Amino acid sequence: GCSGSMKALILVGGYGTRLRPLTLSVPKPLVEFCNKPILLHQVEALVKAGVDHVVLAVSYMSELLEREMRVQEQRLGIRISLSHEKEPLGTAGPLALARELLNVDNEPFFVLNSDVICDFPFKDLLQFHRHHGKEGTIVVTRVEEPSKYGVVVFETDSGRIHRFVEKPQVFVSNKINAGMYIFNPSMLSRIQLRPTSIEKEIFPVMAEEGHLYAMELQGFWMDIGQPKDFLTGMCMYLQSLRQQAPDKLRTGPGFLGNVLVDPTAQIGENCTIGPNVTIGAGVVVEDGVRIKRCTVLKGSRVRSHSWLESCIVGWSSSVGQWVRMENVTVLGEDVIVNDELYLNGANVLPHKSINESVPEPRIIM
Amino acid sequence: VVQPLLLLTNPHLYYFSGTRFRPLSFEVPKPLFPVAGVPMLQHHIEACAKVPNMKEILLIGFYQPNEELTRFLFNAQQEFKISIRYLQEYAALGTGGGIYHFRDQIVSGSPEAFFVLNADVCSAFPLAEMLSFQKEHGEPNSFVILGTTANRKQSMNYGCIVENEETNEVLHYVEKPSTFVSDIINCGIYLFNPEIFQHIGSVFQKNQQDMLLEEPTNGWHRAEAIRLEQDIFTALAGQGKLYVYKTLRFWSQIKSAGSAIYASRLYLDQYHTTHPERLATNKEGGPKISGAIYQPSFTFRSVFLPSLQLGPNVSIGTGVTIGAGVRVRESIILHGANLQDHCCVLNSIVGWDSTIGKWARVEGTPSDPNPNDPFAKIDSETLFREGKLTPSITILGCNVTIPSEVIILNSIVLPHKDLNRSFKNQIIL
Repeated sequence: GCSGSMKALILVGGYGTRLRPLTLSVPKPLVEFCNKPILLHQVEALVKAGVDHVVLAVSYMSELLEREMRVQEQRLGIRISLSHEKEPLGTAGPLALARELLNVDNEPFFVLNSDVICDFPFKDLLQFHRHHGKEGTIVVTRVEEPSKYGVVVFETDSGRIHRFVEKPQVFVSNKINAGMYIFNPSMLSRIQLRPTSIEKEIFPVMAEEGHLYAMELQGFWMDIGQPKDFLTGMCMYLQSLRQQAPDKLRTGPGFLGNVLVDPTAQIGENCTIGPNVTIGAGVVVEDGVRIKRCTVLKGSRVRSHSWLESCIVGWSSSVGQWVRMENVTVLGEDVIVNDELYLNGANVLPHKSINESVPEPRIIM
Repeated sequence: VVQPLLLLTNPHLYYFSGTRFRPLSFEVPKPLFPVAGVPMLQHHIEACAKVPNMKEILLIGFYQPNEELTRFLFNAQQEFKISIRYLQEYAALGTGGGIYHFRDQIVSGSPEAFFVLNADVCSAFPLAEMLSFQKEHGEPNSFVILGTTANRKQSMNYGCIVENEETNEVLHYVEKPSTFVSDIINCGIYLFNPEIFQHIGSVFQKNQQDMLLEEPTNGWHRAEAIRLEQDIFTALAGQGKLYVYKTLRFWSQIKSAGSAIYASRLYLDQYHTTHPERLATNKEGGPKISGAIYQPSFTFRSVFLPSLQLGPNVSIGTGVTIGAGVRVRESIILHGANLQDHCCVLNSIVGWDSTIGKWARVEGTPSDPNPNDPFAKIDSETLFREGKLTPSITILGCNVTIPSEVIILNSIVLPHKDLNRSFKNQIIL
């Protein structure tokens, strides 16, 4: 068949607790990663590959998410459905719940974890999948320390998967499941409507039967589900932008390396920004500020002479003058950090005003 | 006519490189360390020079005189128009032993009275008030201790005085008791007359006799080592000879380098009345200055002056260079230091000719007395507690280089170090 009427299921899941305190204010799919909600990175890539209906598998309902999806439906000219699981169904159960939405015209459909960021290879994936003609294809990515993960052992030439090995002690493969799949609708018959792990209960059987193939991902990949990895993923994404769309990055005096600045943000005099910084809409960075390896979210302000490294500054927060923040300090929404404080690895819940330094990593309730 | 002769003695002159003042005492003897912009001792000398009929100021210590001390003495004599001499002890003799050893020098010219001041205190030095008190309340030939009120817990770190509340006579004196005795403490500032030498002399003779009964090793030295507090005041208490004058004005010990910042604040506050010309003020287009700051002369390297923010309690030495967007609070910046753009210095002493890079943060933990207790004193902190360095002010020794963008927190950096990363809670050799 032709593309243009494909479906995709995104496993959004629960409250996104690993990305707190940001997810206390905004559902995880709507948290901006490099100035665009995480979910839109995925949805826009799916649309480019010919997807016209995206199903979000959610385990809790958020009005904010529903409203934003209505807006995106209009903007992208596609359909976005929310498939709400009343009890946790694992990574396979949501496919059974959304069976009717996915099983249309006998076309293959995409499935992906919502925490993954990369140069989404959906067109290549579709092509690869059609080429081998079997039931499923999973995207794999190379890792440095395979012993930490479950690895995928497959035939290099064909991509046919032999087996999965959990935390291998002897080297068998350095490729892991990247959390992106394409399946033929026939695969849905393998899944019951009950809590099921797709990785542990479904894939091994499909591999056994010769129905599961692996396609190796080119370029970067990151699970950005927690703040530390969110920042690492940002560095990777900006480097990828440098290669693919360098015009989007800000350059000039005061900017070092890869820096993404929303056009509505204001940057003061004598600042040094970068490398690896994202500055959101309406952000004000006053004079003499040094920022590196940070995400500064929409509407926040960094006052003069402050120094920030490896931080996420939450929406509408304010960082005072001569503040030093480092070591994966994350400010929730509307946090005020008073002048001259030092925050080392602080995790600050929304709407807090900080009056004392936090010299050692901790959570500020 | 009272012809007071001032005697400045300082047990800590013996301990110039005393650990609690390292690494600063490597470069300058502790009594000459600048507090509120001038050598610590200058505050004493200035207070003494103001007393009418003051004839001479003697400094007693075990310290080998050097060029720095000689220059200080010369300058002070010029400025205060009074004779100042340094008398070097042959051994550490204690406050009592020191003045007894030099008693001939002290009584020459037949002064009616003389003051003894410890060097390691910071005070409003109410010397004239002590003289009036002595005349009005004391017996004609009595001795006066300056006392102040401490809280119950901290009083036990000091010499404690029990007084007759009507006459102010000292009824009981005990040095650093292990249980609470009195909340009136000894400030280390005394008004004596030559009769005190009779009392010290009898202790000396008793010591000599005791020595004879023991092994004759080194006994001659030990007989002359006499402490005013334990050996003299304890005995004089209740004899109708010793009185306490209690002051409500500021007073603190300056034991550690951390207390130098607190002492600076006390003196800078006093400058508002005594030396307003020493304090910097806000000027149109100039740096933003809050509270007191002492700045003999320093250079702003940058044209972005208004972005600087200095104070409160900042003393800046001569030839200091300060870049744009620098923040300094509760700190002493010694001469020749270079603070580069956007750096932040809080609760720290920055040594001579040290450099702090751009966006670096040099921060210490203040050891101020509890601000909610009017009688609280600075705690004489220990460097280590349970094997860990206790958080205190950060001290950079002379000619230390701090690179850009790092943090130096609660650390002591010894002289001539070029650091290449951040440090926290460490002594960097």
